[in-house]
Amino acid sequence: MSDYRVQVRVMPRAALLDPQGQAVEHALRALGFGDVAQVRVGKHLVLEVKAASREEALARARAMCDRLLANPVTEDYDLGVEAAG
Amino acid sequence: MKRVAVIVFPGSNCDADALAAAREAGSNAYYVWHRDTDLQQADSVILPGGFSYGDYLRSGAIARFSPVMGAVAAHARAGGPVLGICNGFQILCEAGLLPGGLMRNARLRFLSRPAWVRVEATDTPFTCLYQQGDVLEIPIAHGDGRYVADERTAAELEASSRVVWRYVRDNPNGSMHDIAGVCNTGRNVVGVMPHPERRTAPVLGGQDGARVFHAMEARHATQHAVDVRAVGDRHLRV
Repeated sequence: MSDYRVQVRVMPRAALLDPQGQAVEHALRALGFGDVAQVRVGKHLVLEVKAASREEALARARAMCDRLLANPVTEDYDLGVEAAG
Repeated sequence: MKRVAVIVFPGSNCDADALAAAREAGSNAYYVWHRDTDLQQADSVILPGGFSYGDYLRSGAIARFSPVMGAVAAHARAGGPVLGICNGFQILCEAGLLPGGLMRNARLRFLSRPAWVRVEATDTPFTCLYQQGDVLEIPIAHGDGRYVADERTAAELEASSRVVWRYVRDNPNGSMHDIAGVCNTGRNVVGVMPHPERRTAPVLGGQDGARVFHAMEARHATQHAVDVRAVGDRHLRV
């Protein structure tokens, strides 16, 4: 068994209104960043998982997302896994 | 006298109001702590408003795994009435007992003010004492009240008249189809964002929400608003 560091990125569904992203975009524009567009705000979770392989760590992390970390109605997620130093 | 279980999660803060409203309507209402797994022969179950688990991760996301939720789901599957108010609605959606989900208000701010809803469905255990089309003034108090569902689900909700309450005058949170409350396919599980327990007496600013609680008591005696008097005249001057 080894330790794996899992990074989970949870984002509001692309089709759904993201008022936080809009507010941040407006603030950026007000600061003179007129070149900004499509700002969206999500969550980033970092966790460590003990697993026999990278694939197993990924599968466990996916199960965690499906059960708790992301809401399939309102959010999408993607995962990154690396060996924990 | 019906037995009404009010579930208390860590962070619930409308539990006492819900309990008082149910008792005022004549029910034998009592608390059930979220770690308990016995609803004590409840006829109806209320998941009250608040901020269970601090709304960490997502509103309702952690509360839905509380031990009591297994019993609530079993009660719901058996056709037992379940009412989720505000955070309770969020928990029911997270638990999959109601479709859709609740996201951050479109204008981001937490809103605590009166809202107006039209009664769209009267064939639920909680709205059966209203008339279809009644407009009620009921307070809202939420930051995550924007109801969303995928298009197919939304179309299904409309086609099967499962939108229970709809905002009128204005939509405070940007919910799709101006939805303020929905029910499941069995129509026994209802979730609403506004707080009917906060409008059950003139001293609270109105009693438009009182019939939600009278319905739990009256439901088995009558399914029709015209029979409201069966509950007791004291409750009827709404």
